[in-house]
Amino acid sequence: MIENVKFKLNGKSVALRIDSDRLLLWVLRTDLGLTGTKYGCGESYCGACTLLVDNEAVRSCQVAVKDVRGKHVVTIEGLAKNGDLHPVQKAFMEYDALQCGYCTPGMIMNAVAFLRKNPRPTSAQIIAAMDDNLCRCGAHNRIVQAIEAAAKEAKGGF
Amino acid sequence: MKEDKYLEMNFSGKFPDLEMDRRKFLRTAGGGIFILFTLWDASLFAQEGRGRRGNLPTDFNAFLRIGEDGRVSCYTGKIEMGQGIITSLAQMLADELDVSLDSVDMVMGDTDLCPWDMGTFGSMSTRFFGPPLRAAGAEGRRVLLELAAEQLKIDVQDLNTANGVVSSKKDEKMRVSYAELAKGKKIERHLTEEVKVKSPEEFKVVSKPVTRRDALEKVSGKAKYAGDIQLPGMLHAKLLRPPQHAARLAEADTSAAEQVEGAQVFRDGDLVAVLHKYPDVAEIALAKIKAKYDLAASDLDDKNIFDHLVKVAPSGEAVAQGGDLQVGESEASILVEATYLDGYKSHAPIEPHTATASIEGDKVTVWPSSQTPFSAKREVAEALGIPQDNVRIISPFVGGGFGGKTRNLQVVEAARLAKLSGKPVQVAWNRKEEFFYDSFRPAAVITIKSGTDDKGNIRFWDYHVYFAGERGSQQFYSIPNHRTMTHGSGWGSAPGTHPFATGAWRAPGNNTNTFARESQMDMMAAKAGMDPLEFRLQNLTDAKMKNVLTTAAEKFGWKAAKAPSGMGRGIACGTDAGTSVATIAEVEVNKTTGEVKVKRVVCAQDMGLVINPEGATIQMEGCITMGLGYALREDIRFKGNDILDANFDTYSIPRFSWLPKIETVIIDNKNADPQGGGEPAIITMGAVIANAIFDAVGARLFQQPMTPERVKEALAKG
Ligand code: FES
Ligand code: FES
Repeated sequence: MIENVKFKLNGKSVALRIDSDRLLLWVLRTDLGLTGTKYGCGESYCGACTLLVDNEAVRSCQVAVKDVRGKHVVTIEGLAKNGDLHPVQKAFMEYDALQCGYCTPGMIMNAVAFLRKNPRPTSAQIIAAMDDNLCRCGAHNRIVQAIEAAAKEAKGGF
Repeated sequence: MKEDKYLEMNFSGKFPDLEMDRRKFLRTAGGGIFILFTLWDASLFAQEGRGRRGNLPTDFNAFLRIGEDGRVSCYTGKIEMGQGIITSLAQMLADELDVSLDSVDMVMGDTDLCPWDMGTFGSMSTRFFGPPLRAAGAEGRRVLLELAAEQLKIDVQDLNTANGVVSSKKDEKMRVSYAELAKGKKIERHLTEEVKVKSPEEFKVVSKPVTRRDALEKVSGKAKYAGDIQLPGMLHAKLLRPPQHAARLAEADTSAAEQVEGAQVFRDGDLVAVLHKYPDVAEIALAKIKAKYDLAASDLDDKNIFDHLVKVAPSGEAVAQGGDLQVGESEASILVEATYLDGYKSHAPIEPHTATASIEGDKVTVWPSSQTPFSAKREVAEALGIPQDNVRIISPFVGGGFGGKTRNLQVVEAARLAKLSGKPVQVAWNRKEEFFYDSFRPAAVITIKSGTDDKGNIRFWDYHVYFAGERGSQQFYSIPNHRTMTHGSGWGSAPGTHPFATGAWRAPGNNTNTFARESQMDMMAAKAGMDPLEFRLQNLTDAKMKNVLTTAAEKFGWKAAKAPSGMGRGIACGTDAGTSVATIAEVEVNKTTGEVKVKRVVCAQDMGLVINPEGATIQMEGCITMGLGYALREDIRFKGNDILDANFDTYSIPRFSWLPKIETVIIDNKNADPQGGGEPAIITMGAVIANAIFDAVGARLFQQPMTPERVKEALAKG
């Protein structure tokens, strides 16, 4: 149905006149030009499209734009604060936790949501939380190390 | 260099007929000092003896420029897909030219700016590109020194270079920057003769760990991949696909799709596509097309494919032989005869094949996810019937390739649709299309008959490989009587061989060959009652291989025992792309479920000079991780012409919870030429796990992947 949908995106309000059944992933990538959120499988299996909706990790290939009405959507582009990278982003750089980088935005967003809930995780908890995010380049162990390091660095303050 | 035969796959007879127009090239590149050079070792191609020399560009195919601002730019047709050459190639230049890493720019994979290049695959970038690139850097430094000598009136031998400045050794104040030297100049040098490059002791940047130069863009979502290119007025295309392979479109009723607001349907022969401003709407419209297909029957499936392959295989070609097999067999008291199977595997990069194409006037520009931008250029020109000069490919970051993105079907689709619609068009395959059109790693069969004397000395080795390909098939043990036969190659097989496309998959052929060879070694060791490490060392004379084996064993804390010891550890070694690798794995096998958990992997690699140890380590870790997939789970299931796996729910690739503790050792071998690092560590993963499973529970697996069902079957056999 074509209707008005308003939500907050990376701290700013957006108002769209749109077919509200359309998927958030494509609305972000095409209508709104935010291409940091990636398509990997389209069926919730890979996590490349992960972003935050009211601080929860959500797979944007599975969410209609009407479902984020009135909510706050944060994408990889909106994670840095005043040009300062999020601790998880910094840790990914420092630990070389990426190769081709295509899974990276989804990995980072999933990790950020997880650390908000569990700021002092064990590595087993990190692995469990990240297990449904796929990486074909094999950056896994470094991603776990980066998340551990970010948690230490932030000392619980996410 | 025969092992690199696979380079042929998409390229034979397809080298560019146009030579790079040097003048045009240098005109667009602006002022400065230019060093033109050729990236390959010409002898490699001469050795191949395929009469191709005549077709190769005789001119340079890469160049570097010291600009009027003192920055160094390297122009190369290579692309960055995660292997890290955007960092390692820049490091080499920084060292040879004595500039900081920050002042080196890499211009990659742009066919208008960069000279022709064959493609990025086969661990070739550092191996073949490294030495000439370093030489070009050294030559650039020599030019700068000559210019400075003239300007400062000081002999070259009394000059120093550091940080982009030439200065007098005696008087630091006598100095001139590279920028000043390059200002207003247009100097062109061709790298023809040998240039002395720096010795390892002089390296400041090479062989020191540095983090990726593209990391910031990639963690902030700014890095652009092919699907992230957005052009004004661009339309997204969704293409009508057949329900199965070998199907032919009979009729298509597109009327309902055309009713979707904003949707346009284009048809050109077999190509039927819906274009829309939004990809998701194009997809919805596409689903409204009613199409009928003529289907072809096929009895093949993922179980009977192996018999089929052996049946259709051509008679063998000997790639190595020596001694007399009959004599060897008569000298052997322990015989092992086995058949090894390996199913089809998908490349499954997380970024599917994508391309964005735009046509302005008679000029076509495409941004593709491609490992072979110059092939893409030719293919687009051919498809549109225009000169290659009118096609420009600009390579964005590529979201993983592993060999799969050497095929450019989607590039041609995007270009054709841009032409048909007169608008910029993006074609982005969905995951199902990715699994359907992937050029799978071929299913393959290997049979081996071998034997040792009662002291565990291998007396003979008779090896037949069907369709895995040659790479990695030649054994490197010292065996007096041996024969290695390949029946059919790993790709480009005759029609009727494979039910769908096959192609190069990370370390093509070698994963399957190493699985078979190293499993066979273990079986002989077990029958001879010997420790598998000791057995290998006893049968090897290759010092490099012995060294990686003992290095890995030391790191692991290997204690001699014959298998099955119950400890659940396995060992395997191999060579790939000039690199020797040895891996030891420790596994736990759940006898009830058949689940195998890999707990620890230790891998030692000798890859000659290492340009970026951090990058090389990451590549090894990536190989080990990716290798868990083909070893344990990955298998394309199909029935007739239907591919049954369409997404990651049924085709499982490695996940966080699969990961073992990974320890890597890179042998310090600075004085040897750099060898490939993007692939070797993956080749041993199948065998090392098979051998560890045997050591754990005494069950031998002969087929990859080693799924829980197969483990249970093997346990039942005892
Ligand atoms: S694209 Fe959404 S989970 Fe894969
Ligand atoms: S870094 Fe390439 S898929 Fe994860």
